[in-house]
Amino acid sequence: MSTTHEYPNDQGEIINEHRPKGDWVEPAGDPTKRDFIHLVAGGAAAAAGVGIVIPLVAQLAPDAAVRALATKEVSLAGVEPGQAVKTIWQGKPVFIRRLTEQEVATDDGVSLGDLKDADARNDNIGSADATAENRVQQGGFVVVLGVCTHLGCVPLGTDTGENRGDYGGWFCPCHGSHYDSLGRIRKGPAPSNLPVPPLEFISDTTIRLG
Amino acid sequence: MTIKRILGAAAIAAAAIPGAAFAAGAVKAYKSPEWYWDGPFGRYDAAAMQRGFQVYREVCASCHSMKLIAFRHLGEAGAPFHLEECPAELGLPDSVDCSDPAQNPIIRSLAAEYTITDGPDEAGDMFERPGLPADYFPSPFANPQQAAAANGGAYPPDQSLIVKGRVDGANYIYSLLTGYPDEPLNTIEVPAGQYYNPYYPGDTLSLMKEEYLHDGHIDEEAVRRDEDPKYVSSDGHVYGGAFKMAAPLSDGIVTYEDGTPETVEQYAKDVVSFLQWASEPKLEERKGMGTYVMAYLFIFAAVTYGSYRQIWKSVEH
Amino acid sequence: MSHQSTYNPGTGIERWIDKRLPVVRLGYDSFVDFPTPKNLNYWYTFGGILAICLMVQIVTGVVLAMHYTAHTDYAFQSVEMIMRDVNYGWLMRYVHANGASMFFIAVYAHIARGLYYGSYKEPREILWILGVIIFLLMMGTAFMGYVLPWGQMSFWGATVITSLAGAVPVIGEPIKTLLWGGFAVDNPTLNRFYALHYLMPFLIAGAVILHIWALHVPGNNNPSGVEVKDVKKDTVPFHPYYTVKDGFAIIVFLLLFAAFVFYMPNTLGHPDNYIEADPLVTPAHIVPEWYFLPFYAMLRAIDFNFLFINSKLGGVLVMLGSILIWLVIPWLDRSKVRSMRYRPIAKQFFFILAFAFFGLGWLGAQPAEGVYVVAAKILTLYYFAYFLVILPVLSVTEKPLPLPRSIAEAVLSDKAKKGKARSPAPVTAGGAQPAPAE
Repeated sequence: MSTTHEYPNDQGEIINEHRPKGDWVEPAGDPTKRDFIHLVAGGAAAAAGVGIVIPLVAQLAPDAAVRALATKEVSLAGVEPGQAVKTIWQGKPVFIRRLTEQEVATDDGVSLGDLKDADARNDNIGSADATAENRVQQGGFVVVLGVCTHLGCVPLGTDTGENRGDYGGWFCPCHGSHYDSLGRIRKGPAPSNLPVPPLEFISDTTIRLG
Repeated sequence: MTIKRILGAAAIAAAAIPGAAFAAGAVKAYKSPEWYWDGPFGRYDAAAMQRGFQVYREVCASCHSMKLIAFRHLGEAGAPFHLEECPAELGLPDSVDCSDPAQNPIIRSLAAEYTITDGPDEAGDMFERPGLPADYFPSPFANPQQAAAANGGAYPPDQSLIVKGRVDGANYIYSLLTGYPDEPLNTIEVPAGQYYNPYYPGDTLSLMKEEYLHDGHIDEEAVRRDEDPKYVSSDGHVYGGAFKMAAPLSDGIVTYEDGTPETVEQYAKDVVSFLQWASEPKLEERKGMGTYVMAYLFIFAAVTYGSYRQIWKSVEH
Repeated sequence: MSHQSTYNPGTGIERWIDKRLPVVRLGYDSFVDFPTPKNLNYWYTFGGILAICLMVQIVTGVVLAMHYTAHTDYAFQSVEMIMRDVNYGWLMRYVHANGASMFFIAVYAHIARGLYYGSYKEPREILWILGVIIFLLMMGTAFMGYVLPWGQMSFWGATVITSLAGAVPVIGEPIKTLLWGGFAVDNPTLNRFYALHYLMPFLIAGAVILHIWALHVPGNNNPSGVEVKDVKKDTVPFHPYYTVKDGFAIIVFLLLFAAFVFYMPNTLGHPDNYIEADPLVTPAHIVPEWYFLPFYAMLRAIDFNFLFINSKLGGVLVMLGSILIWLVIPWLDRSKVRSMRYRPIAKQFFFILAFAFFGLGWLGAQPAEGVYVVAAKILTLYYFAYFLVILPVLSVTEKPLPLPRSIAEAVLSDKAKKGKARSPAPVTAGGAQPAPAE
């Protein structure tokens, strides 16, 4: 039995060749009510989209394992005046130098007007003048992030025998920035002083960074 | 690998389907106490988890490692020692945020009770120091080989994921811990260094005493006659099997400070609570978010359905 | 493409872009003004659902890749670090893992829809074949993704499935070594699977674009199986009619998805995969993911040698053949009638096929012994008979029910049937007339 005769080849139109212009079905109902429900549905979709973005962005932030190491305790016992040490905090070097009285006297004598950056850049006290008082910790410790404020190289001058630059502090070999012993920028392309990280003395000889 | 091995593996696979008891190694149906984290609104109980941690630390930890858990994990939201804010009696400065596991005083002192091997120092030597919140639980053995050697040749499995790593894990561990028989069974002979448990997925056929076997088959009637019925399956086999962990818990072995009964049942419940948290630490966050997501999707679906009906109103379809 | 476009750029900027890269026009013609049969039911929403599934998998997959380490020493730990330490990492991983299952639920519904309504028939053969290719790519992607957490199931699943290649005579063993990059599943295997698992979703996306293109040339099939005769009476524009209908279906599907992710995230997985891979210990319960079970059952059903083909090779051939046979369905089923609605006999056989497929899925999780193997053999035989014997024979012998002349008429007769069942109210003619405002 053949069915082809009863059901002739069911070739419809090729849709794309007979497409009418624009919206060919009349919309129905009261326009205001119609608009409102669609607006709510569209709004709900947009809000859901925003909701999805939150975890997608949040996952980029430091995870719990990284955050747990965000603070670090450093012992300063054994650092004598004139000595300096390096430590790593949040993956960045931190310079700790105990100043001699002569260094304090030399650098404290500089007038603020001669400084390239007159702000203390101290996370612990907010905006203030870049004086020794605002940049030196108790016991004569200078604690600064060892990241050149120009383009992120690590300045020399912490270890003995390294070039300490024209101002007796640190010298960045990448592009020639000179810092004084308080970590203030004095010469070269770096725009601002080496920042003092958030820190707290939890005993006379131990500080907590972060 | 031959097809026979594939098929063999597949045959065993069917046991993954709950209740598919087809071999002699059937285990007794697990006890299933009500766990408070069950259900969509179930959450953890910090007090039970803290007691469970105490049981783990004083009993389990001498053999079982917990490599994936750091001390700081114990202070996160939904964890046993999480603090919303610092207890006033400690008089900590305002700058301390106790909800941060790294600053949580309980976590800090707990971590400091452990000795961690760190290093190398400037001289290239390893050194020991008190633990910090970021440290992971130290393992009782240096490596699996040492662990196995110290435990009669069986490696005590790591417990970080033990609940999720077993079928019906919480009930299984609870049943196992509370299921050791008080007296040796009549019909089986357990070799020295092994211990029988009706919930352990082993094989009792090889343990049967001579008189209960005929040509390698079990004399069901004799087993039923001589054995405590709670250890005998419907087809006359003895449930479970023998393995190398002796009953770890006994009444009073751990001293609770909060007056909770010091019984094996209570210990088992508490330690399962702790292990469940260790397997699934984000359960509270997950279920909490789930409530909002489901509610939102229901409303969203209803609104979209309204929009759909409105749009299609004029179309016969 | 030579078709008539209805896109009318409104602003100067739109005209500027349209002259240079008419991508807005392409989108408009494909997803806004595209004439779509007005009688599509909810079975036709799975295409849109699948597009969402693919997007979800790609987005969560890229996120997971940022935290995952493809090395046998670190893979398991890095996945657990995602679960424990990464912000919302547990959410990403549970969505990705359950997303695979959701993807397969939707694709099986989509395939069943195509088989029932004859969507593979002329002029949609290439559309159908592209779909089969997408399904094969999906299976490969899912399999390799399951290896990445490097749990016990990952390792032993990889071992068992790659061993299938060993069934090929002569070159089987060398192929296996090539797949492994060693003498067993090990670090090189994990690394290449990771690379391919990242690549294949984009191949799928490419195949999906072709699939949609091939759909938009002849237009959608529909439950009546008759082609569009008059665009104005038979179709509605895709937007807003089907964007909102698909949208509603997608949200309902997401409810199911969310129920798994938030309340039973491990129900569809295996506890053994929370144990790190150990090449010395095979887990007691090896079973593939649920979506492979029907094919796994067919693999195991062949436990006999056939002529010069041994049972191992036979099983592999049957398993592969069970999917590859889909490629030639358009030429096996020669009936001019597309929809099973109008094929009373073929419809019965179709439902038996659906039952056989579910049955095979259930048997795939049972022990391969005794009555289970016999049942699997019978169902496998039926599965192949449906495509190789039943469809070709029915193409000639079956007398179909009278077809409606058009989609509009099919809609009216459906309405009339429903109307009779519910109330005697007469059905008004004139399908696409606006309803009077109330």
